[in-house]
Amino acid sequence: MTLDTVDRATQTPDEEQPFLELGLKDDEYAKVRAILGRRPTQTELAMYSIMWSEHCSYKSSKVYFSREFGRIPKGDSMLVGMGENAGVVGVGEGLAVTFKVESHNHPSYVEPYQGAATGIGGIVRDILTMGARPILVMDPLRFGDADHPDTKRVLPGIVAGIGGYGNCLGLPNIGGEVVFDPSYQGNPLVNALCLGVMPVDRIQLSAARGVGNIVVLLGAKTGRDGIGGVSVLASATFDDDGPARRPSVQVGDPFMEKLLIEACLEMYDAELVQGIQDLGGAGLTCALTETSAAGKSGMHAYLERVPLREASMEPHEILASESQERMLAIVTPDDLPSVLAIAEKWGVLGTAIGEVTDGDRLIVTWHDEVVVDVPPGSLADDGPIYERPTARPADQDALAATPLPDYPTATKELLLRMVASPNLCSRRWVVEQYDRVVMGDTVLAWPEDAGVVRLSEETNLGIALATDGNGRYTRLDPYAGAQLALAEAYRNVATTGAVPIAITDCLNFGSPEDPGVMWQFAEATRGLADACIELGIPVTGGNVSFYNQTGTTAINPTPVVGVLGLLDDVTRRTPMGWREEGLTLLVLGETFDELGGSEWAWAEHRHLGGRPPAVDLAREKVLGEVLVTGSRDGLLAAAHDLSDGGLAQALVESSLRHGVGAQVEFDGGIDAFVQLFSESAGRCLVAVPAAYELAFTQLCGARGLPWTRLGLTGGDSVDIDGVFTAPLAELRAAYEGTLPALFGPLAGATRDAPAAPAL
Amino acid sequence: MTPRIGVVTFPGSLDDRDAQRAVRLAGAEPVALWHGDASLHGVDAVVLPGGFSYGDYLRCGAIARFAAVMGTIVEQAANGLPVLGICNGFQVLCESHLLPGALTRNQHLHFINRDQRLRIESTSTVWTSEYAEGQDIVVPVKNGEGCYVADEKTLDELEASGRVVARYVGGNPNGSSRDIAGIANAAGNVVGLMPHPEHAIEDLTGPGTDGLTFFTSVLKRLVDA
Repeated sequence: MTLDTVDRATQTPDEEQPFLELGLKDDEYAKVRAILGRRPTQTELAMYSIMWSEHCSYKSSKVYFSREFGRIPKGDSMLVGMGENAGVVGVGEGLAVTFKVESHNHPSYVEPYQGAATGIGGIVRDILTMGARPILVMDPLRFGDADHPDTKRVLPGIVAGIGGYGNCLGLPNIGGEVVFDPSYQGNPLVNALCLGVMPVDRIQLSAARGVGNIVVLLGAKTGRDGIGGVSVLASATFDDDGPARRPSVQVGDPFMEKLLIEACLEMYDAELVQGIQDLGGAGLTCALTETSAAGKSGMHAYLERVPLREASMEPHEILASESQERMLAIVTPDDLPSVLAIAEKWGVLGTAIGEVTDGDRLIVTWHDEVVVDVPPGSLADDGPIYERPTARPADQDALAATPLPDYPTATKELLLRMVASPNLCSRRWVVEQYDRVVMGDTVLAWPEDAGVVRLSEETNLGIALATDGNGRYTRLDPYAGAQLALAEAYRNVATTGAVPIAITDCLNFGSPEDPGVMWQFAEATRGLADACIELGIPVTGGNVSFYNQTGTTAINPTPVVGVLGLLDDVTRRTPMGWREEGLTLLVLGETFDELGGSEWAWAEHRHLGGRPPAVDLAREKVLGEVLVTGSRDGLLAAAHDLSDGGLAQALVESSLRHGVGAQVEFDGGIDAFVQLFSESAGRCLVAVPAAYELAFTQLCGARGLPWTRLGLTGGDSVDIDGVFTAPLAELRAAYEGTLPALFGPLAGATRDAPAAPAL
Repeated sequence: MTPRIGVVTFPGSLDDRDAQRAVRLAGAEPVALWHGDASLHGVDAVVLPGGFSYGDYLRCGAIARFAAVMGTIVEQAANGLPVLGICNGFQVLCESHLLPGALTRNQHLHFINRDQRLRIESTSTVWTSEYAEGQDIVVPVKNGEGCYVADEKTLDELEASGRVVARYVGGNPNGSSRDIAGIANAAGNVVGLMPHPEHAIEDLTGPGTDGLTFFTSVLKRLVDA
């Protein structure tokens, strides 16, 4: 086949090009021609189709970033905001942390193990790119019904992939979510969060500057895997041929990534790197265009120098390949030998593939023939932007008006069914496959409200992280649902005693070409931005995942919010379970009759309707302040946020944590069923030593935070006076039994003793 | 003089910093050793840490065994150098034939991480001398290939000579023969252990401090020597 060079493109202006097949629309193709003043070469066409895909260009969501997130004050601690690979937040003591959550939804449905594994690999490289050492990962996951046959294919593969990659990198997995709902059938959500830490003066940026500087490709060889991942998989709706797209899924090598991490960190510390960018979605195309566009520089890449797995690869394949475990570094000619020496020390391939040039063109040659000659900004920054039509779905009002099923009497049997239901049961089957302790700084991990990790052994400075999202709430009211996701993650972080300081978000939605989905997206981003402003917490970055639908059926809109908190002293953290008898149990906040979209309505009746719980952000803020102060002053023995499954779930989880029960007495007024299963927001269950009860309730009173005395810790049951007594042994069997029954027995449970409950 | 304990970093080692921390908290001086450097830099004992050396490719520990540093360690171990292999380090010791048997894929085929109860079966090794015989301890276990296997004769010999160092109690996490969690060589200076004592050295970050005694045991031996 003839090489389609720039010269040839100029000479054959009318040659037909397969732009539609590559995902470009008529007007987008016309725009490419206008930018170049000629038809694009085959290679250029491939590059534009990738970079202008929804996944890379954010063409449907970009207007909302400026309109909604642009309103949120940045705050004092944000050092790098949205736009770079991940936001960076100063945390004191000369340290900065960077964190971000991203989706890898479509690849994980097509090939669960590799899809999920490379999702971890990708987000870890984003964090590494900022100059940070990655120190933890988290995984918010969503699947179809727990007993659906395909869930048995997808879930074990995804969990094994996350574990297989993250464990091999030596990154503790400190939490996440596992949610089942039929709307995710055929569209599982695999979101991955990574956080890294660095000295403030080690922050790296992606700009390629300095004429004559060398462009170095580090890491794995480039192969044919993952070609078209972003345009084929991430930017289109699935039809029936999902698994047939397997060649578009990348294959991970965590060992190479571990070496890449160590090599890059050594280069950063030696101040050898002028600019750096990871290769993820859109591979070399993205890295070359983004680094040169960010530096407002020209660049010349010699494609034949790229080390290949298959010698027969063509230029457009090399540029589009999404082979994993690669980074692009810009270094001075003087530093090049040192950079290559460090790469060699770690067994990482380092290859000079180009240089920064004068001017503003990205030139790519293939054995001296020019195959690409473009302004890099036209690919990286000037992609199409759409203000997609929005329309409130016709069924939105009917959904809100759907009456709830009749409330039952609260019984032990109901409680046992609820704690055994797929969305409320123990996640031990999943998290035991993740290394949660490597690096030796994990202070809290699952099943705690938030993960807590120590940053400094000298000062005990640490961070807390939680992710939350509720697709049912967001389906019922996208504005409120997004706010509730933020409120819950914020509350979870504060529950451990950490001060919430920043958020990242992963916005998982259906097709942006559906006006109903776009309305959900618009409402959710508006709600999230309003809530950030009210809580005074900035967005550092995140990710949008559209096209999560099969045919015309979209997933429940699922904004997942990750909140970062800061603890001056991690030894002061508040755990979720109580160890002692005789502690006073209090519920902070107020319980209302709010069961719309609740876990009870879903688990017992497959009912989705009504209104989600009311949002009261002022209350969330006060609750957070009380929890942080209570933790700092040493007043709290335990605290557990109330959310899915309500007070009943929190009582069971906190009791089972260390095998100490709860003796509860309701003071009439509200029905016991509502007390136990309502999902009113802005609430937390706390256990306070009797000696501190007065001091703590006075703290609540001073801040205007309502509280209710529930009873005492102790005994071997969750006892609701006059309602029911549920023995812990029965609760544990129900809570722990569900996932092993669905996905296979727990390790060690089949021999001489049951699996150890300690954790 | 403070004893110096080396911790080897192979490409893909993950718990090397954690092992160094354990050495430090036990009161010894941690010394980083590099796989490609045959010198042990005069250390008094060596820890082979957990992780996925060389990606666990080919077979866990099979490539690490040929690292330059391992040649020296095998040689010095014969002269009594205390060596503790944790998890991947245990796999390396078996591949190096410093210990008998092999670690194979967990019977249930999953990676597993949990706080695990162990019984210390032998206090006659340099790494366990400060425990009480039969003492129960809790340390994290985390492995994908931790199922210890050996032929019946070898297992019988290990049992008869008191070389089973630790056994899983309250559930076997990986299907190991006879619930074996760790073994020693005949001299008691080389110990391989699948669970991670270096992750049970602080109340803040582990299930307790039960694991620290592995490190204080060797330290006491080195100081007394």
